[in-house]
Amino acid sequence: MAITGFVALYIFMLAAFAGWVIIGRVPAILHTPLMSGSNFVHGIVVVGGLFALLNASSVLEQAIGFFAVLMGAGNAAGGYAVTDRMLAMFKPSAPAPIASQKKS
Amino acid sequence: MPLLVPQLAIGAADLAAAFLFLFGLKRMSSPVTAPSGIFVAGIGMLVAVLASFLYVFAVGDAAKPYLMVNVGLAVTALAIGGGLAWWAGRTVAMTAMPQMVALYNSMGAGAAGAIAAVELFGNAAPGATRLVVTLLGALIGAVSFSGSLIAWAKLQGVIKKPLRVKGQQILNALVLAATLAVGGYMVFVGESGAAPLIPMPHLIGLFFGLALAFGILMTLPIGGADMPVVISIFNAFTGLAVGLEGFVLQNPALMIAGMVVGAAGLLLTLIMAKAMNRSVANVLFTNFGAVPKQTQGAMTGSLKPVDAADAGIAMRYAASVIIVPGYGLAVAQGQQKLYEFVKILQAAGVSVRFAVHPVAGRMPGQMDVLLAEAGVPYDLIFQLEDINDAFATTDVALVIGANDVVNPAARTDKLSPIFGMPILNADKAKTVYVVKRGQGKGYAGIQNALFYDDNCDMVYGDAQAVLIKMIEAVRGLGFAAAA
Repeated sequence: MAITGFVALYIFMLAAFAGWVIIGRVPAILHTPLMSGSNFVHGIVVVGGLFALLNASSVLEQAIGFFAVLMGAGNAAGGYAVTDRMLAMFKPSAPAPIASQKKS
Repeated sequence: MPLLVPQLAIGAADLAAAFLFLFGLKRMSSPVTAPSGIFVAGIGMLVAVLASFLYVFAVGDAAKPYLMVNVGLAVTALAIGGGLAWWAGRTVAMTAMPQMVALYNSMGAGAAGAIAAVELFGNAAPGATRLVVTLLGALIGAVSFSGSLIAWAKLQGVIKKPLRVKGQQILNALVLAATLAVGGYMVFVGESGAAPLIPMPHLIGLFFGLALAFGILMTLPIGGADMPVVISIFNAFTGLAVGLEGFVLQNPALMIAGMVVGAAGLLLTLIMAKAMNRSVANVLFTNFGAVPKQTQGAMTGSLKPVDAADAGIAMRYAASVIIVPGYGLAVAQGQQKLYEFVKILQAAGVSVRFAVHPVAGRMPGQMDVLLAEAGVPYDLIFQLEDINDAFATTDVALVIGANDVVNPAARTDKLSPIFGMPILNADKAKTVYVVKRGQGKGYAGIQNALFYDDNCDMVYGDAQAVLIKMIEAVRGLGFAAAA
């Protein structure tokens, strides 16, 4: 499938809009996990690195491709690990202590 | 197209990955569904990575002799890079999270830049459009790579001071212009077929060298306090670079994921800059520390120190308490003790809430994460706009390790460097206790009028030590009452 010119721009436009709308509704409490989460998502670059490495046909290309996969894998794995750790910490009050707010 | 089935399988896997990323990010928009959101996005990543090994069935003839070695290299790189980063991510302290994100971001940007390099060296990007897009992605990726590394070094404390030289802006502009000129020349050579003045590989090397240098020069003068905004910008940059390289590789999953992150990162950056009352350009191109010091009017009133035990007991008998935590709390590792104190207050029937400023911590929302780590339920944590009106009807505001975010000068003093910044109206509470290590100033380097107010008492000491004294005092009280 060839993605050319305007088709690419349409994809970029719609994706940018989706990103803007999805993030725009996130409460501030989740901003750090979200930054980390979006950091994880661009770890998909590892797939591009794999493509480049598997198609490498010279030692130079192999070396750079290896670096690309190494870095991309680090981005993806590390991004997932820290985001997952952070999000697992967010817990609601256990047995309704919020209701214990006495008369003000 | 040598084999249709692998192509279709890769296409389907990438489509699934793009959907799972969007769906996962959507689920991350609420604390209730967020943990499953990252899991969903993780599945998407796994599917895409596994499917990309199907590329082995579709490699060009030139790469065929190298295929076995390449597969071996790919598996090795995945194992080493993924393994090390996973281990680091699992073990890093929560307070060190911002620099970890900077490091991972640097890796993603480096990968995007490396892909561009492979395309350029392999001459695999025919046509002016693809060459321009490749170079653009390479530029953004390289800048984000070296810039994020500098940001990491600053947050980690490897680089202590912002480095500023005279004419820095001009130097930066010259380096950027040179990078663009080299890139433009490469496009010209590629299009006209003219013999380049220096061999093409050297041009590519020069281009990357200049772009990397620009990333370093651009980040060095920015102060540590502004690093969150910088990381967020570089996060968006990396997304953009990944999206552009996705176009070069004709991979829509990369295009979509990259551009979603680019837009999301831009929005996060704007939100953050707004919370700090600064424009993004202001963060990038001016030096906060260099703001000429305003001669401040003498503070009226005086600082009133009070004993930690007395403050603790006063809160025990208050009806409502709002706690304003700042980074000083995290530095003192006092979150656990704070929540212990809160539970004691709650048991005594005191209504306790947390008020978190958007830029509390070294990264927006980091204070929320640190409180969550200590076990504080998220429904006790309120954001600025949701709680600011409640201070006026609250008995005690307890400010721990925060300073500038409760400085009323932001509302009243037009000369103050933080004028206009949204602040937590802690000064409106009936009584304010400020836990502070000493009489030092906050990041902005200005006096805080709140500390001199009549309703404000200062509790000096390390946050954790102070909280231990408060807990002991209130516990002792309970014992006495029972006896």
